[in-house]
Amino acid sequence: MAQLIKNDTLAVDTWKTLELAEGETPESVALPAGDIIFPLAVWQARKTEIISCHKRIGLLIQPDELIEDVAGDLEYFIVIAVNFPKFVDGRGYSTASLLRQRYRYEGELRAVGDVLHDQLFFMRRVGFDSYALKDGKNAVYALETGFNSFSDTYQTSTNQPQPYFRRRA
Amino acid sequence: MYKYDAIDRQLINERVAQFRDQVRRWKAGELADDEFRPLRLQNGLYIQRHAPMFRIAVPYGMLNSAQLRTLGHVAAKYDRGYGHFTTRHNLQLNWPKIEDVPEIMAELAEVEMHAIQTSGNCLRNITTDPFAGVAADEVIDPRPLAEILREWTTFHPEFAFLPRKFKIAISGTREDRAVTWFHDIGLHLKEQDGQVGFTVIVGGGLGRTPIRGQVVREFLPWQHILTYCEAILRVYNRAGRRDNAYKARIKILVQATGIEAFSQQVEDEWAYMKDGPATLTQAEFDRVAAHFTAPDYEKQDEVALPTEKAFTKWVDRNTHPHKVPGYAAVTLSLKQHGVAPGDITSAQMAAVADLADQYSFGELRISHEQNIILADVKKADLPAVWEKAKAAGLATPNIGLLTGMICCPGGDFCDLANAKSIPIANAIQARFDDLDYLFDIGEIDLNISGCMNACGHHHVGHIGVLGVDKNDSEYYQVTLGGRQGNDARLGKVIGPSFSADEMPDVVDKIIKVYLESRHADERFLDTFDRIGLDPFKNRVYEGRAHGKAKTAQKEAA
Repeated sequence: MAQLIKNDTLAVDTWKTLELAEGETPESVALPAGDIIFPLAVWQARKTEIISCHKRIGLLIQPDELIEDVAGDLEYFIVIAVNFPKFVDGRGYSTASLLRQRYRYEGELRAVGDVLHDQLFFMRRVGFDSYALKDGKNAVYALETGFNSFSDTYQTSTNQPQPYFRRRA
Repeated sequence: MYKYDAIDRQLINERVAQFRDQVRRWKAGELADDEFRPLRLQNGLYIQRHAPMFRIAVPYGMLNSAQLRTLGHVAAKYDRGYGHFTTRHNLQLNWPKIEDVPEIMAELAEVEMHAIQTSGNCLRNITTDPFAGVAADEVIDPRPLAEILREWTTFHPEFAFLPRKFKIAISGTREDRAVTWFHDIGLHLKEQDGQVGFTVIVGGGLGRTPIRGQVVREFLPWQHILTYCEAILRVYNRAGRRDNAYKARIKILVQATGIEAFSQQVEDEWAYMKDGPATLTQAEFDRVAAHFTAPDYEKQDEVALPTEKAFTKWVDRNTHPHKVPGYAAVTLSLKQHGVAPGDITSAQMAAVADLADQYSFGELRISHEQNIILADVKKADLPAVWEKAKAAGLATPNIGLLTGMICCPGGDFCDLANAKSIPIANAIQARFDDLDYLFDIGEIDLNISGCMNACGHHHVGHIGVLGVDKNDSEYYQVTLGGRQGNDARLGKVIGPSFSADEMPDVVDKIIKVYLESRHADERFLDTFDRIGLDPFKNRVYEGRAHGKAKTAQKEAA
């Protein structure tokens, strides 16, 4: 089980992610009850159905999926989980930047998958606010030091829209 | 040159602390090798054939004497007393201990140096013209914008895990000296209708698939440099291939998309960022540019320089025109015959630092041709500089000549290499050790890479040599006619590859064809362009068995 870091503390994860077993398709998979994070393909195939039976809806987006495809649906999601199948696959950073900066998504933005201590600082900068730290990693130490590697930054980003050069005294 | 202020200093100190902790966690087993690997690479640390290799950044090639002394000091204290300058403004140490690297980084941070993003799939060191600010043909000094780009690339949160490495070069002269046509992004500073800006080139690169870059935007006013680069990087980060490392560079994406469609994607992305907060301000440009003002040049009277032949040869090859009368830029050759090209000892680094302090305002530059440049030397001081450089083994008058070659570390040091490159360089230097002969041959770029990753820029050498692996033996493929500059292009393969032993003869034959065919005013490249590849090819392969005859010969042996 991943360890969820949220609001600067270890949190209990109330969400379940719908996973398609072999042979199941987005069109045919049974939709479970509760707080569910739906893969993008399931959301696209079953949107009306999901809306009719779920109050709280989550979306899972993979690195090769384009957030533009569901840009009109963002108001439905309480949480959007961006998957990092491998931590060196950096597409999720652009997905997060777009969600926050362009589409003004304000719900929970969660990094899931191969989420490690040494990427937390970058993840927070692009707009993630919850982190499913990989199982077996020291979550207490990550909370303590992973987010404050650097005390300031040069570039614009989600959590600092002004570049350093515009903030110089 | 640029002096760090509080934030710059703070960030590199925090980087040292971060890496120290990462090394500690790795040693404690808390970070797996695969998890640690990209982290150490983004701090310039490779695990290599014999030992780790540590690559230190010299951003846009600028160094001061205190920094060079520190480089000499860390090379002596933590390594074997020498370092290797690469083709991308870096110094490599070949034998440090991994455990020592945080300490080396801490010592470098004391003099405002670092190894940030010198490797890994991220935004790399910015490179430019070593004669920036002094070149007689300069239109705009690229260094303030190079520094602004350095800051922008440092720990960029969105682009730390790109499909592949990403290199930016910026040039401000009429004649491009920064190989901008062969970078992921190449920026040509220019003026248009009284406005300063760039032509933006994208998708160039050497390596396994050499491709000349294409213009993605003819003119971009300088204020938009960061937002426009963000737009390019975002398109690349999202769409660049991640399934195959050999097809992951932006050049492959640009080729697959087509330059027009790619350009449109960038423009669409840019439309959201244009004129946003990351748009540069005049105040920021002025703040940075104030660090690159001209030093206090003195008015110089005409001086009569010695006419001694050895000195005039050195002046001819190793000094360069300066925009201020009475001054010259001096190249200290790291191409002494018998030494690995680009290598420099700690003692030499100390000697060069002294020369810079005494004769060139305490500053120096590293060129992509792997030499050191004293940019602001009084012509009257040239004899003294020559004597001292000669005593330090740094005055070989071979800049632009055959033995002033570019060469990567090759199979002696590098894990990626298919073949050794330094012994080839040394064998060619030994064959062409006669200075009069070298001068007679004249201007020629010989570039040697030990593998198709092309760190030795073999594709753009007039003569390019590429190490290849054939059935576990080392062979060398020769190309002719490549070139850098505004007309940058790739060399053409001359034919089947050669063994190491054959290489000095092969180069000798190529040179002989040139000498026999040249018109009075022709350099090697001019003759090559006039007569083409065939005469060279015919001579080099003359009498060599090939095709069926070769197979028969092999079978007989």
